[in-house]
Order: sequence, then structure tokens, then C-alpha cells
Amino acid sequence: MPDKISILIVDDEESVRDSLCNWFIEDGYAVECAENAKKALQMIEEKEYDIILADIKMPGMDGMEMHRRIRTLNRESIVIIMTAFASVDTAVQALKDGAFDYITKPFDPDDLSHLIRNAAAQISLKSENEALKRRVTTLENVDDLIGKSEAIQKVLEQIENVAHSNSSVIITGESGTGKELVARAIHANSPRRYFPMISVHCGALTESLLESELFGHEKGAFTGATFNRKGRFEMADGGTIFLDEIATISPKMQIELLRVLETKSFVRVGGNKEITSDFRVICATNRDLTAMVKSGIFREDLYYRLNVVNITIPPLRERADDIPLLVSHFIKKYCTSMSRDLITIEPAALRQLEKFEFPGNVRELENMIERAIVIGNGKEIRVKDLPMGREVPDSTVESLEELEKRHIEQILSKYNWNVSRSARALNVDRVTLYNKIRKYDLKQKE
Amino acid sequence: MLSCGPFDRDFLKKVAVATEAEYHYPVISEECHLDLNPFYNPSRRQYDGNRLIRNLPLNTKSEYSKLVGLFRVDLYIPILTYIFGQAILGEKSAIVSVYRLRNELYGLKQDEELLLSRTVKEVIHELGHTFGLIHCPVHTCVMHSSTYVEEIDLKSAALCHSCRELLSKQ
Repeated sequence: MPDKISILIVDDEESVRDSLCNWFIEDGYAVECAENAKKALQMIEEKEYDIILADIKMPGMDGMEMHRRIRTLNRESIVIIMTAFASVDTAVQALKDGAFDYITKPFDPDDLSHLIRNAAAQISLKSENEALKRRVTTLENVDDLIGKSEAIQKVLEQIENVAHSNSSVIITGESGTGKELVARAIHANSPRRYFPMISVHCGALTESLLESELFGHEKGAFTGATFNRKGRFEMADGGTIFLDEIATISPKMQIELLRVLETKSFVRVGGNKEITSDFRVICATNRDLTAMVKSGIFREDLYYRLNVVNITIPPLRERADDIPLLVSHFIKKYCTSMSRDLITIEPAALRQLEKFEFPGNVRELENMIERAIVIGNGKEIRVKDLPMGREVPDSTVESLEELEKRHIEQILSKYNWNVSRSARALNVDRVTLYNKIRKYDLKQKE
Repeated sequence: MLSCGPFDRDFLKKVAVATEAEYHYPVISEECHLDLNPFYNPSRRQYDGNRLIRNLPLNTKSEYSKLVGLFRVDLYIPILTYIFGQAILGEKSAIVSVYRLRNELYGLKQDEELLLSRTVKEVIHELGHTFGLIHCPVHTCVMHSSTYVEEIDLKSAALCHSCRELLSKQ
């Protein structure tokens, strides 16, 4: 038997409750009893039971009414109606109302065993079906990887080559180039595609949080760990784990990660049971890992373990030819999601975009297009709808980096250094903002 | 082991020896004269197993760690049409009836060897419940659930490896 199946027995006769309870306990089920429908409904509201065996005739609320109320509670429990020979007609009505089956008292032991086995089989089929559905919905396509340039075509070719293997992959590229999209494309085209791809943004987590996130923890492992929790490595069993911002992990985590990659087994935080998981690792970073290895910040052995295949995504400025394609892709994407008619972009605006350097790469372009659609005239994107179409600071006075630093400082100060709100206002994700804060060494003023 | 009915002494001895061999505990066989009339249900023409198990003589006698009552009458519990035996999980007492273990009941030729084999398996099975063992998915394990005598015949009289391990942890 997989997980213990829970059964609730509802009958006003104590001897019936005791007999059934004893019978099911010997079969290894988790059994609880209620002497009337009212109490049973209270119990069902508090806890979900897999199977409910209810007598059809009980003082107060009968089994039929209780069954209807269970349905209104939106519970997925399998309801089996117990009936005396005389009330078979009513039991048939219960079946029409959605009960799983009915059984006539007293039961033949074999009938009862069969009935419960069938119900248990249905429960396991249902949970298997749900698990498969969840896996299917996590399938990712590669529609967002747009471009005809030689550089992006090379990336697509590498994805195709590497997808069918089990090798570890490091994806490098500047922030906003689409590293996670490439990881998803590899996963979606790999034999592991029917299993989940689990993403972990290492840069956004402290060392202890990352440890618990990756390896999971046992109940009581630390304050607040009130339940056992599966780690990301465990959840990625059969699939892929994507470790974003891999360069940010601490030396201690580097050692632990190396051990897991070598043995494919680990122990949950606070636990002692060895757990094995079959996963593929894809990492991403916007830093130069080779330089980090040379300077001793990143372990060389871990680097070689991860860097079996390296895919470098070029920055958008190096593939400006792809900008028109990307622009029309994002126009289509956002017009559809905003339920608007498809709009165009005026040639001058497109030229502006093609000339722009895009320090934030494709993500910045995407944000620009989304914003332009929101504030535009609903027919076409004009130069004035783009940020560079508005007042541009004198570049001889201030570099783009200085401008970015000053702008981020202003926004952080405006939102009292609340990173989430500031990131939202800047239209970037939190990880990017944290990286910028680190890059520009920004500190909150006392 | 309480014999609550007329049983051949040799038969009882064989059941005791087989049970002892499985659990490695000495099995003492005692005869008892229990009046079964209070447990008889005339409408079902059967005896109430739930009440019998609670009223077994020697139930409170501490010299025995487990107690199994052996009957010849047809047993039932309120919700089931019949039972071969009954035990309370993890507690002291169990009951077994040979009534439905007899081949004659199914229109077949009397077979004393088969009856002994089925009785041994049922006694070991119900005692297993008193030791806290639940039904086992292994078809050959004596703790596998049997609702037909044919199913009893399919399994062995021994605990499987995992049930034995569980037993050793009890």
C-alpha cells in the first residue's frame, strides 16, 4: 500500500463502528469513526479523508443528506454507502448522486475487501493522474527564443545538441539575455521533459536558506520547521534542476553541491536518511567563472563538474539584427495578453531601438515594448512611447552606468530600500536589482 | 491456547507445536468450558466474535502474554457475514474457529490434514495481529489477508521476512 489511506466510518451503531474499525486497522488503513452525520461533517471540514463509509439510515441527518453536504464541501473523498437490504433503492439513488458504491449489511468479508481495494486503486490512479498532469503543465516551449542572427542560431544548435544528453550545462551571458529560457529549452527538448524543471535563484537566498531549499529539511531541524519539506534536488527527481546565479553560492555550499553532483544523493537538513535523486544540472551565471576559479573564489573541481557544456548567449547589442523580430514577437505577446488589437511600430521608433545598446538586454527590450503598448495610442509604437525618445541626458556629462546607478539609488531611496517594491518600480526582478546594488556598491544612507 | 469446544488432543498439540515453532514462545494448551449460549445470535444462527473475544476466560490472567481461543462454532461480527478469526491489534486476545475451515462445508471431502494446516495458519495469523502486525501484501506470508479458505491454502504458515523484522521490533 502506498501512503496510508484514511477511512472515516459513520454509523450510529457502536458495534458496527468497532467491527469495521478493527477490520480496516488490520488492513493497515488509518481509521476514524463518527457516531452521526453532524459529527462526521465537522471532522470532514477539518480533515480530508480518502474514503468515507456512511450508513444510509442514521438518526438526525441520514447518509444521503450527508453525502450531498460532503459534495458541497468540495471534498474529493470516495463515499461508500452502507445499507440494509430494505434500503437498496435509496442506495441506488446515492449512486446516481455520485457515491462510489454501496454495500449491503452484513457484508461478505470478500466483498468488503474488494470494494475497499477498488476504492484504494481509484485513489492511487487519481493521484498518479494529477501528478502526471502537473508534470505536463510544467512543459516549456522555446517560442521566446527568437532570432535569425548567426549568434542566436548557434545557441539554438547547441541546445539541440546538448538536450538529449545528461551532461551538466553552464549558460553564461549578461543579465537579461535569456539564460533561463535557454535552460527551459534544453529541458523541454530532453528525454526528461515529462518530469519537472526546478529553478533555484541562488543569488536571492542566504546560505542556510539555500541549503534548506536545495536539500529539504526534517521536522524540527530548525525553529519554524514544523513539517518535513522536500528539497529542490528531491523535487527534480527525473527532471532538471536549474541553478541560476551559481557564482553567488558560498564556499561551504560549493563543497556540498559538489558532493551531491558526484553521488546524486544527499541528506535533508536535520535528517539522517540518505535520499537519492536522478536529476540533470543546468547552471547560469553572468559572471566570469574562469576568472573566479583563478582567483580561488569558485572551486575548480566544481567548475569542471558543472562546465561539461558551455553555452554563451550573446548580448543583444551584438545581435541587433534580431531586434525587429524580437519587437514583433513582444508586440504580439503583449497585445494578446492585454486583449488588444495587434499594433505596429513606426520605422523611426524601430531605428531608435536598433541603435540602442540595451544594457538590460532582451529583458529591457521586452519591458520597453510592454510599456510602449500600455502608454501608446493603441495603433503603433511611436518614438515618444520609448524611453530613449524622451529627454536623454548629456552623455558627455554622465555615462550610462552612472545614470543607471543614480536612478537605482533614487528609486531605492523613494521606497525606503524596500527591494521588492523598488524592483517592481524599475521593472526588473529582485535578483537583478540585488546584483546592481552589489555592482554599484550601493548602501542605504543612515 | 484455549480449546473452547471438543477438539482432538493430538490436533491441539500439532497446532501448539506449529505456533510455538513460528513465534518461539512456549504455547500452553488448556481446555475451557465456556457457555456459548449468551453469545449466540438466533437470527443469524452464529456466535458474536466481538463479544467472545472480550469474554474469553483467562483474559486477565497475567501468566500468559497472549491468548487464543479455538472454537468449533460459526463466528460473526455485526458487520460481516462470517469470520475465520478475530484479534484486537496489539492486544492480548484472539479467537479462531475451525467451522468454516472444514472442507465439508464447501461440499468437499473431509480432509483432516488440510483442516490442521488451515487452523495453524489462522492461529498464527490472528496471534500476529495481537503482536501488532497488520495484513501483509506478500501473498505467501501468513499475515496476508484471506477471506476465502482457498486463499488460506495459498499462503504459507510462516511470516515473511519483513513481517518477521517488524515482529522483532515489537
